[in-house]
Amino acid sequence: MDFNFTEEQNMIRDSLSRLIREQYDFDTRRKVVESEAGWRPEMWAQFAELGLLMAPFSEEDGGLGGGPIDAMVVMEEFGKGLVVEPYVPSVVCGGGFLKRGTDAQKEEYLSGIMSGENVFAFAYAEPRGRYNLADLETTAKKDGAGYVLNGHKAVVIGAPWATHFVVTARTSGDRRDSKGVSVFVVAKDAQGVSTRDYPTVDGRRASEVYFENVSVGAEAVIGEVDNGLPLIETVTDEAIAAICAEACGAMKVAHAMTVEYSRQRKQFGVPIGKFQVLQHRMVDMFMEHEQSISMTYMATLKLDEDEVTRKKAASAAKVRIGQAGRFIGQEAVQIHGGMGMTDELAVGHYFKRLTMIDSEFGNIDHHLKRYTGLTEMDLPAAAE
Amino acid sequence: MNLDFSPEEIAFRNEVREFIRENYPKELEGIGSREDLTREEFLAWHKVLGKKGWSTPAWPEKYGGTGWTSTQRYIWSEENARVDALMPLPFGVSMVAPVIYTFGNEEQKARHLPGIRSGEVWWCQGYSEPGAGSDLASLKTTAVRDGDHYVLNGQKTWTTLAQHADWGFFLCRTDPTAKKPQEGISFILVDMNTPGIEVKPIKLIDGTHEVNETWLTDVRVPVENLVGTENEGWTYAKFLLAHERSGIAGVARSKRGVERLRNIASEELVDGKPLLQSQDFARKISQLEIDLTALEFTELRTLASEAAGKGPGPESSILKVKGTEIQQRLTELTLEAVGNYGAPYGYGMEGTGNDGFGVGPDHANFAAETYFNMRKTSIYGGSNEIQRNIISKMILGL
Repeated sequence: MDFNFTEEQNMIRDSLSRLIREQYDFDTRRKVVESEAGWRPEMWAQFAELGLLMAPFSEEDGGLGGGPIDAMVVMEEFGKGLVVEPYVPSVVCGGGFLKRGTDAQKEEYLSGIMSGENVFAFAYAEPRGRYNLADLETTAKKDGAGYVLNGHKAVVIGAPWATHFVVTARTSGDRRDSKGVSVFVVAKDAQGVSTRDYPTVDGRRASEVYFENVSVGAEAVIGEVDNGLPLIETVTDEAIAAICAEACGAMKVAHAMTVEYSRQRKQFGVPIGKFQVLQHRMVDMFMEHEQSISMTYMATLKLDEDEVTRKKAASAAKVRIGQAGRFIGQEAVQIHGGMGMTDELAVGHYFKRLTMIDSEFGNIDHHLKRYTGLTEMDLPAAAE
Repeated sequence: MNLDFSPEEIAFRNEVREFIRENYPKELEGIGSREDLTREEFLAWHKVLGKKGWSTPAWPEKYGGTGWTSTQRYIWSEENARVDALMPLPFGVSMVAPVIYTFGNEEQKARHLPGIRSGEVWWCQGYSEPGAGSDLASLKTTAVRDGDHYVLNGQKTWTTLAQHADWGFFLCRTDPTAKKPQEGISFILVDMNTPGIEVKPIKLIDGTHEVNETWLTDVRVPVENLVGTENEGWTYAKFLLAHERSGIAGVARSKRGVERLRNIASEELVDGKPLLQSQDFARKISQLEIDLTALEFTELRTLASEAAGKGPGPESSILKVKGTEIQQRLTELTLEAVGNYGAPYGYGMEGTGNDGFGVGPDHANFAAETYFNMRKTSIYGGSNEIQRNIISKMILGL
């Protein structure tokens, strides 16, 4: 067992931390979020230059030979800076699918993800599917050698900035069957793809994505036809580990800001940080953050274990971090008092991001249920 | 970063598992949930480990530690928890011994460490007083120098298992004129057979006699039993508490407890179906297990940073708070799980010869008593509120 970071991982953290400090301060971020584009392609290019976009990929695939721990390091720094650029949609999800694709798919798409030229978004959620990855109304019907896609994907994060989508669709079976799900790569400019773009409450951009008789070739299928669900779950578990790391970064800053504010703000003639009732609450925030770091390590380190272990680890982390994020976010605003409610202060924006992380890739209830279901599978036949 | 065990660590695990299987005293099997054990029962496994050289893994090697890595210590506690082993009590091994080998003189080390290692000598802790609980530094027991002796007078309380103790470590006031309450306290080792010591039982809400009042009247203790420097005892006391806290998380034991809880919930019926199939209850267990996983990895991170040369610091307060919350929740859910049969009183009514042991299913025995008893965990070792004060001051700087 080893909890140390490699030299490369420490270098990634240091250089990214410097970049964010120098070029991603809160005021700059606010201007970017309010700009028409909503992100900075030139920042994305700098991330590529630092090697962040290729860090988690193997050397055979043209990456730097890292893995999920490298993504964890990146995402924690992104969380501290409330970075809006689409690392999880493009690198963790897009890259996560395509690194498991055919050589031709890797060649066509993966190198572009690593260079930053291709920007992917992951179109999996649907208006009526909630967090069930198999509850799909989007269909892909066989048409000659290829497929025709029809459907509506909901809240596709980063879609306005994307060049390509990874799309989940039903190729056979009934609406919620675990069999019959397939994964496709679709160019955003393909005939029949349209989007409705909008900002999200936490400063990012998303789209409703509509597919109307979109024709793709057989080479657009990632993985096995009709058996895409295990692959989708694998990649979403990796995404869960990544956003847990992001949450840890955001929690750290929200907590530090709160402690600092409690030292400055005076009421009744003393800094409010002198009041034990607030001290203990900030200690509870600290402990929640520490437990979240532990769960993020745990889930990240178990991503390559057997399927049940991996799923349980990801769900356990998502539950714990959902709870911790809610607590830390709410208390950070509370202890800031009225100032915590203002758009001007950064703390409220950390609260908003932490809130949204809970509902991404399944919320607390969803993952508590998933964890419980997986635990029952583990049990001996004692429950007869 | 990785979670893998090396081939050497796997070999170590097999060696430990085999040793426990062959040597764990048969008479202790299944005894884990009871609080009213005899001295011999408490010490049985400790003595076996003492002979093997494994009773004090965390000590420095030159004093009899095993030199195990943090991973090996993790494996060690996991393997013991698998059989619900009754581990050596903390008072000697992990409380007074680190103070003795860190601050004591060579004579004290030679005199006291071997008996702690072997399990021959039982230690108790004289810290709390009726007027000094969370505000420990307000303690009033005095030690007045008289020639080659200190003369101790005062009352200690919550002295855990002092009825079995051979020795005790006491915090006493040696300088009543000191400006701050933390100054003027000394750390003194006391032979419990010295005249003037009276140990009186305190019965707890679960019916057990686990703690005592300890009265000290003109107790004459040789000055060579002073540890370190006179009036510097508070430093040693705090050091001891940090060591106490780091072992307090009880992760491996709680994991075993979750397993036991799951088994109980699969046998108890609700509307003819196992309680475990009730989504409400199953999710309570899941939440507990998830919180325990977080604690486990926080402890592993702490052990790793300790192995990197940092001693147990204020971070160990997290382990104390979260560890005890989980232990309490576990006993709370266990009591919930057994339903009606939580009621029969295992320790009965003293003098009547009548106890409720064995009325319901075996797994219901002591479920309520244990729940009541475990409320102590968030109070002892520095209450969980005091732990929050420590984190607030030492880590957050408030």
